[in-house]
Amino acid sequence: MRDTTAEGYVTADGRRIGGVLMEMRNITLRFGGVKAITDISFDIREGEIRAIIGPNGAGKSSMLNVISGFYVPQEGEVWFRGQRRPPMKPYQVARMGIARTFQNIALFEGMSVLDNVMTGRLTHVRSGILDQAIWWGRAEREEDEHRAKVERIIDFLEIQHIRKTPVARLPYGLKKRVELARALAAEPRLLLLDEPMAGMNVEEKEDMCRFILDVNDEFGTTICLIEHDMGVVMDLSDRVVVMDYGKKIGDGPPDEVRRSKAVIDAYLGVSHD
Amino acid sequence: MMPDVVFYTAEVMVNGLMAGVLYALVALGFVLIFKASGIFNYAQGVLALFAAMTLVGIQNGQVPFAHLVNAVFGTKVHHFGWTVPSLAAIALTALVMVGLAIAVERLVLRHLVNQEPIILFMATIGLAYFLEGLGDVMWGAEVKRLDVGLPQGMSGLIDEVTFNWFGYGFFIDRLDIAATAVAVALVVTLTLFSQYSKQGRALRAVADDHQAALSVGISLRFIWVLTWSIAGFVALVAGIMWGQKSGVQFSLSLIALKALPVLMLGGFTSIPGAIVGGLIIGMGEKLFEFFVGPMIGGATENWFAYVLALIFLVFRPQGLFGEKIIERV
Repeated sequence: MRDTTAEGYVTADGRRIGGVLMEMRNITLRFGGVKAITDISFDIREGEIRAIIGPNGAGKSSMLNVISGFYVPQEGEVWFRGQRRPPMKPYQVARMGIARTFQNIALFEGMSVLDNVMTGRLTHVRSGILDQAIWWGRAEREEDEHRAKVERIIDFLEIQHIRKTPVARLPYGLKKRVELARALAAEPRLLLLDEPMAGMNVEEKEDMCRFILDVNDEFGTTICLIEHDMGVVMDLSDRVVVMDYGKKIGDGPPDEVRRSKAVIDAYLGVSHD
Repeated sequence: MMPDVVFYTAEVMVNGLMAGVLYALVALGFVLIFKASGIFNYAQGVLALFAAMTLVGIQNGQVPFAHLVNAVFGTKVHHFGWTVPSLAAIALTALVMVGLAIAVERLVLRHLVNQEPIILFMATIGLAYFLEGLGDVMWGAEVKRLDVGLPQGMSGLIDEVTFNWFGYGFFIDRLDIAATAVAVALVVTLTLFSQYSKQGRALRAVADDHQAALSVGISLRFIWVLTWSIAGFVALVAGIMWGQKSGVQFSLSLIALKALPVLMLGGFTSIPGAIVGGLIIGMGEKLFEFFVGPMIGGATENWFAYVLALIFLVFRPQGLFGEKIIERV
């Protein structure tokens, strides 16, 4: 058993994981009479790659939507950086430093790759509407700074060659990467990835895995990701939450979770009785 | 020596193009709001009327709601006794339009989030009638003269130059030239703003995908206020041009009806479409009136634009530049 006290722990590959960044306490989410999430608690630590896995319909995406403010849970508390977070609109959550990608890709299809990634900087733009309209000194200097940061991310994710291409023309795998770039451009404290590998071929999956690890390593970004493919997640993540039918059935390091009977049952489909 | 009919045609075309600029301005207001929020804003024409009335009222130092105040308190106030210079009055009116945008968001749009487009459309119809009434109560319903000092009347210079070159003097109204210059400046400014500023980028983002826009920290409410402010400002410019041309009166709000065929031609989502559509309609209806009008008894300008739009609807329903509509089954 690892040491998961307040000071954090050290991973097998020697990375230092810090204190608790985000904590979900007894979250319950209902849609009308249907319970999507039942009384789930877990935490995400600074610098960690945390995965939420489970079969289709387990409530993983709902959980991600709770974290990013798209859904407001009926019960439970969300704690972020040591403070209880009141119910918020998604754009307010984004401004707190939580960026995300979507399962079905939500990019600005009509804009170029560069412009898409630049929108990720919006939460960091400080000059006001008048500076912007008149386009003087400060706004221009700021634009240059943002451009430099965005170019770095574009280089990092190896999408320089499509910088000026309208997103609508890109293949699926590249769109996913552009979405990741836009989320990274926000320099988030917590990065949420909704099935980053879904619908990809083997090569694209390997690329995406490498990028996720590199992002965590290079920028020290805390990442919480959702996947239903067990294999990929186990190699990638430090700790795993397993969900089934809206309930938490496992939580811990990958090798520990893999051996858990409840998890094996959920994935192999043992009848619930 | 070229035959006179070539010159007539050229003159009619140029005049048509300049009328088209004004159609394009009104259509632009529609496109801005439609792109950002998917709302077809029926009140756009009334917005232009309201802006023009407010401008005249401020310029002349009229007391807003004078009749109402006098009726309630038995006073006899009508004017503050000062006049405001044109530029300051335009700036103040622009502020009023921003205030109106905030009020529309607070009192109407905020309560109709996630409603069907038809509901929002109905809300803008209600808004149109409300604004019409508000304008009358605030500033009085009589026909007003608007003059912000734009040049007016036949351009002697162009007449002279063209006469010396071609032996035929072109008749072009100086107000049309001014309107064209202002419209071009406005479109260039809007394009720069939307391409290079933070708010412009946010605006395009919202027009493209609401969910994604939320996830990068854009507040939809702020964007709505911004688009309605810009649409209000565009309406103000259109109101000034039309108002100076033919006086500020109820019929000014009907220019919105002329913008409809422009939108069908240009597509509801395209800013270049609104401009090109406006120019085609303006030029088309003048040429048609000139060549075909006399054969069928004239007054073709009343219906030509709509028939042209109808033909377009049959062959190219998304307009010249609109996004192609593909339904997947």
